[in-house]
Amino acid sequence: MRHLFTAWLVGLLFGAGLALGGMTLPAKIVGFLDVTGAWDPSLLFVMGGAVGAYALLYRLITRREGPLFDAKFQVPTSRRVDRRLVAGSLLFGVGWGLGGFCPGPALTSLATGATEVVTFVAAMLGGMLLFRVYESALARRRENALHAWEVKQS
Amino acid sequence: MDWMLSLAGGVLIGAASALLLLFNGRIAGISGIVGGVLAPARGEVAWRALFIAGLVSAGGLFLLFAPEAMPTRAEDFGGRSFAMLVAAGLAVGFGTRLGSGCTSGHGVCGIGRLSPRSLAATGAFMLTGLVTVLVVKLVMGGAA
Repeated sequence: MRHLFTAWLVGLLFGAGLALGGMTLPAKIVGFLDVTGAWDPSLLFVMGGAVGAYALLYRLITRREGPLFDAKFQVPTSRRVDRRLVAGSLLFGVGWGLGGFCPGPALTSLATGATEVVTFVAAMLGGMLLFRVYESALARRRENALHAWEVKQS
Repeated sequence: MDWMLSLAGGVLIGAASALLLLFNGRIAGISGIVGGVLAPARGEVAWRALFIAGLVSAGGLFLLFAPEAMPTRAEDFGGRSFAMLVAAGLAVGFGTRLGSGCTSGHGVCGIGRLSPRSLAATGAFMLTGLVTVLVVKLVMGGAA
């Protein structure tokens, strides 16, 4: 149960950090990405503070055997830069520049009940579900191709 | 003065992310946290739902005590049409799942541990982010 309370608490602190840093305002995000216009460096300071704090604390925390309220650390181990990673990130960036929102700030801003935020979040969830469909379709194609190959071999 | 608030906000984000690692052993990647709710696995939904509830709670608190930090007015959205927001959301939703992360997962946690994948991912979304803003500016005749 404690791990559920800590999840909520961490979400609260994270959201507070986003709002405090101005990341819940699309104008600040777009202002940062608007390199040819009146540049807003806020995001740089937010990222700098975040990465700095995390980098330091990460090293300390991972010296432990495991987390406090769960069985083990679940940190990705792959180091491979593949097509999916790059394609997905490029696409995400387009959406980010178009809307001025990424997942964290969008969810935090749901508290306002603004139609724009709800629209974005609904579409974002839609996009994520579409990805699941795409993944399943891909998996099925691979399975069919493998089966066909196996039949050919026999 | 503004930059100090931004830095403070960032440090809070970094610290919160570190606490998620310490308490729950997880990477604070929002797209992954949401994704895990949509593709539910046993024992994986409750903590994610609570984390998201925490985000919204923070938004609520700021709305009450510091509403200027929250997007409440039409102009906060820079004249973005419904169509643009839908396209943006779809791209962010699909893209973050395909790319295995977003600004928090890759940009903060990934870079924080010097992951080559996250460095590449962050470079990629920063690039298309700024190009997209440029294109929108040219097409719409003014930035948000």
